Amino acid sequence: MFDWLFRYANPARFMGLSGAVLPWLAAATAVVLGVGLWLSFSVPPDYQQGMTVLILFIHVPAVTMAAAAYGTIAVCSLFSLINRHILADVAARAAAPFGALFTALGLITGSLWGRPTWGTYWVWDARLTSFLLLLFIYIGYMALWSAIEDEVKAARAAAILALVGAVDIPIIHYSVEWWNTLHQGESLLSGGFSPVFLWPLLVMMLGYGLLFVTLWLMRIRTEIVNRRARALMQRDAA
Amino acid sequence: MGHLSFDMGTYGVYIWPAYGATVLGLAGAVLWCWLGWRAAKAKLAALERGAAPRPNRESKT
Amino acid sequence: MTPFFALLGRDLRLSVREGGGAALALGFFALVATLVPLGVGPDLVLLSKVGGGILWVGAVLAALLSLDRLFQADYEDGSLDLIAVSPLSLEAAAAAKIAAHWLSTGLPLTLLSPLLALMFGLPLAASLMLFLSLLVGTPVVSAVGAIGASLILGLRRGGLLLPLIMLPLLTPAVIFGAGTVSAALNGMPNGAFEILAAFSFAGTLLSPFVAAAGVRLNLAG
Repeated sequence: MFDWLFRYANPARFMGLSGAVLPWLAAATAVVLGVGLWLSFSVPPDYQQGMTVLILFIHVPAVTMAAAAYGTIAVCSLFSLINRHILADVAARAAAPFGALFTALGLITGSLWGRPTWGTYWVWDARLTSFLLLLFIYIGYMALWSAIEDEVKAARAAAILALVGAVDIPIIHYSVEWWNTLHQGESLLSGGFSPVFLWPLLVMMLGYGLLFVTLWLMRIRTEIVNRRARALMQRDAA
Repeated sequence: MGHLSFDMGTYGVYIWPAYGATVLGLAGAVLWCWLGWRAAKAKLAALERGAAPRPNRESKT
Repeated sequence: MTPFFALLGRDLRLSVREGGGAALALGFFALVATLVPLGVGPDLVLLSKVGGGILWVGAVLAALLSLDRLFQADYEDGSLDLIAVSPLSLEAAAAAKIAAHWLSTGLPLTLLSPLLALMFGLPLAASLMLFLSLLVGTPVVSAVGAIGASLILGLRRGGLLLPLIMLPLLTPAVIFGAGTVSAALNGMPNGAFEILAAFSFAGTLLSPFVAAAGVRLNLAG
């Protein structure tokens, strides 16, 4: 079923394909983000929340990509364990720093959105708390990769951790939501979203998605080159 | 569609840091990727050059 | 069944002989329960409100203390290789080790908890629910911790990494464990105990398989 995918999983083929696609992806990213920013700064102020809706245009895409990056890691980890393919290992590890960055940005922008909206810089609502935990999960994942010297072992261990996390994260999210309603009683991020705000948000989400794919592919390519370099060094040392 | 406006009213003190942090973070990520790629390519090229004048394998003693 | 209980018994004996058994975990648990009031003040009204959560967090941390050694000791002296080729499957061996760990940490912590609940001014009903929630919830702490322990095998500073990777995964246990105590304090049932039991049951059932996979991956090298 995935034969077509595995044909491009050959590192040499992958380098060829990704090298050709990357400039276009980067250009598309720049264009989409530019349009998104223009749209964002063109919205009229909301009668209730003034211009703070602008923060949502960079908050929602950040948290969405934080979750999407983890999903990417989980899928790659699955291939890593089942097919034992080096490209899956590399791809999983490459996605993590960006996922962590998006999570951190989500927390920062969420906090700055929260201050004018709820009055405090931090509030223990379900979403912020869940993403704080996700940040720790990313850090733990990256730490595990760094701690194990053997690359293959590190890949497998990290893959197991990522998959355990993938199963647990929905449970964690559910438990945090439950905890939030127990202690606070109402959802804080409810409320309708006017259509005039929808387009900037969607465009920014697309832009963030393109940015992630661009940077992620670049990291994978970098790691493949680094592995070739390491292989050469080992051969020279022999 | 509205017009492009940078007047944030009283909320500017929250909006600009949010955008600032985002721009810093994302630009930093782009820079990190770019520099990492360049360094990797340079290292590989240097290694390939260093290995180029390697003699024939048969002459291994 | 005998190899399973043989391994369980051996691990228990080792934990007593080399680790002081439950003493370390119990001591840590009691210390946490003592330090918190020193930090937040002696107001029993406040302490009774936070006691359930504090004691649950303390129990989780105390249980994690000895987890990094779960497979490490056997890995270092080669016993783990012997266990791997013995007629006992690695999954069963992992289950035996998890059981031994719980018997030497989670269970003693649970038994001490009513005394510590007293120090936090928890009423009897809440104290009972704390006891029951720990009884039901600490097995999954040992179980999920065993997964982490299997992944960090052979690392020199694995003990520092283990809480980092395990604690986020254990938040449901803390949330529903403390939630159980809240329900008793408020007199309003909230389903926390049932969810905790389900989480604990599922986690304890599945984790020997994952922990065995982690051990296998580290033995293969």
